Amino acid sequence: MRLTGLQKVLWAGAGIALLAYGVLMVLPNRAPVSVTEADFRPIFSLPDAEGLVRTPSEFAGKHLLVFFGFTNCPDVCPTTLTEIAQVMDELGSDGDRVQPLFISIDPERDRRLGLAEFTSAFHPSIIGLAGDETQSRAAADSFRIYYARENDSAAPDGYTMSHSPALYLIGPKGDWLRQFSYGTPAADILADLQSRL
Amino acid sequence: MKPLILSIFLTLSASPVLACETFGLGNLTIEQAWTRATIGTGRPAVFYVEITNSGDSDDALIGITTPAAGMPMLHETIITEGVASMAHVKSVPVPAGQTVRLAPGGYHGMLMGLTTALKEGENFPVTLTFQAAGAVTIDVEVLSLREDGATCEHAAQ
Repeated sequence: MRLTGLQKVLWAGAGIALLAYGVLMVLPNRAPVSVTEADFRPIFSLPDAEGLVRTPSEFAGKHLLVFFGFTNCPDVCPTTLTEIAQVMDELGSDGDRVQPLFISIDPERDRRLGLAEFTSAFHPSIIGLAGDETQSRAAADSFRIYYARENDSAAPDGYTMSHSPALYLIGPKGDWLRQFSYGTPAADILADLQSRL
Repeated sequence: MKPLILSIFLTLSASPVLACETFGLGNLTIEQAWTRATIGTGRPAVFYVEITNSGDSDDALIGITTPAAGMPMLHETIITEGVASMAHVKSVPVPAGQTVRLAPGGYHGMLMGLTTALKEGENFPVTLTFQAAGAVTIDVEVLSLREDGATCEHAAQ
């Protein structure tokens, strides 16, 4: 059987479409995008515990240590916030040039449970931010991180959150510097920060 | 009434003497049981412990109960492709000749429905049930909210 020119084009098109579909199905849709761009500036516009809207511009000149989490999280979040607290203690007076931020991915419940009492229990320097769903999602998208609500009848309020547990470092000009993956020892984070300050 | 009675019990049982106590059950040794202090009772608490099986046969931790929480469960933090999620686990394997740690970022007990706030320096009982060895009640130390691991190793030296 000989194919006409048009048939060849159609078959080629079908092949490409199938291939593209295959690639899309294989690509992990949960994985956060790896960040390689040199000039990547995450943004956020989120209210703190008092309702005051905070944006990156007010922290210009400081390094930001940013963690996305939720206060109902008993394992990963306290562990990372504890590390942040240790780093801030160790930095001493240099701590003035580092601002830790806890951005809630479960903002409604976190505001109800108490955002400030949670963050301050770890370290007074940590600012907790909790917007509405749209603001939180926009901030997470800007940092290119993943979070999702997962229904779980056995969990408190019937749901829990899955999320990217890394700690993100933003430079004094608002530029994304690096991430510290979950479990990075506080001493390593401290050493990295001290080399930059 | 129950929370009041429990909080009195917790206060009375607060004793540094119990720090880092080791508990035995057959071939199992259970130690370094700790939790972080909680802010009130609104959020779930965590439970960490170390279990060593010095016997020849495998065992498994199949459940935990405590008067401090209405709904204690075994959980595992799973980090895959950069995303952390928590999953219930029916049991935590305690293979023969091995030590299993319920520790930050892995297996842990999740204490939901706290009946009282867990205060630093206090202790409370948790009953561990094993598939083969049966049940044992241990004392769990409440450490600072800012604690990242049991401090027993240092205290013992």
